[in-house]
Amino acid sequence: MGSKPPLLDQKGNALSRKHSLLGKTAVVSVIVISTNVVGNYGLKRGLVNVGVVESWSPVPYIQSFVHPWIAIGVVFMVAWLTSRLALLSWADLSYVLPVTSFSYVLSAIVGAMYINERPSRLQWLGISIITVGTLLVVMTYPKTTNGSPPE
Amino acid sequence: MIALLVTLVVIPGTVGDLLMSAGMKRHGEITDWSAMGLLRLGCDLLRNFHILASIVAMAVSFFAMMALLSATDLSFAVPITASSYILEAALAKYYLKEHVDWRRWVGVSLVAVGIALISI
Repeated sequence: MGSKPPLLDQKGNALSRKHSLLGKTAVVSVIVISTNVVGNYGLKRGLVNVGVVESWSPVPYIQSFVHPWIAIGVVFMVAWLTSRLALLSWADLSYVLPVTSFSYVLSAIVGAMYINERPSRLQWLGISIITVGTLLVVMTYPKTTNGSPPE
Repeated sequence: MIALLVTLVVIPGTVGDLLMSAGMKRHGEITDWSAMGLLRLGCDLLRNFHILASIVAMAVSFFAMMALLSATDLSFAVPITASSYILEAALAKYYLKEHVDWRRWVGVSLVAVGIALISI
């Protein structure tokens, strides 16, 4: 490990480091997107079963966490937040937002497959437009700044 | 009232994302993925002013969204708040000094339009 000197591109950046950043970004982006979809699906499934919770007391809300689907939803939402924080520790905000919004596309497809939410023609158009937007941004390099931003 | 709620969703949500991104850049690239490393990360973030402020801002945005959803339809609330994607890209360029090229502008705009179409 680390015995070979890093390959450099024309600008003098280490190529191996560039590749590892791209690989890491791809893996963590997939985690951010999928944990968001599973988390939302779990919450949706659970809340449909629990029904509308309306109370000034926190007890019914805490009790609803005992429901397995809601517990799954909450665990995945925590994983989503953690992985999103990790991704933002190196990737641009203007990269992370459009790329992770692919979760809207997957959520719509999961909803159509498992909750029988039939997307309309206009909604399919929206799904396709988001996909094109995400693909455009995926083609850009995730990190365009060096170090910390100004105060 | 509705205009105030939309503002309270969009502005704190946008500021929250910018603060979160700035806070994580300040923290630096995460390289330690072990359980101990993630625990240390959690402790570091609880002392990171940008991250704490971003959590407060996002909480305001979240509760304003709940109030907006109880006052209007999903098909109004989601499209109008999807516009914050474009605002965030603009602020990421000027405040976070990110290089937002044409692919990102077009991509972010398409995503905002797509989200609006999905929810109407």
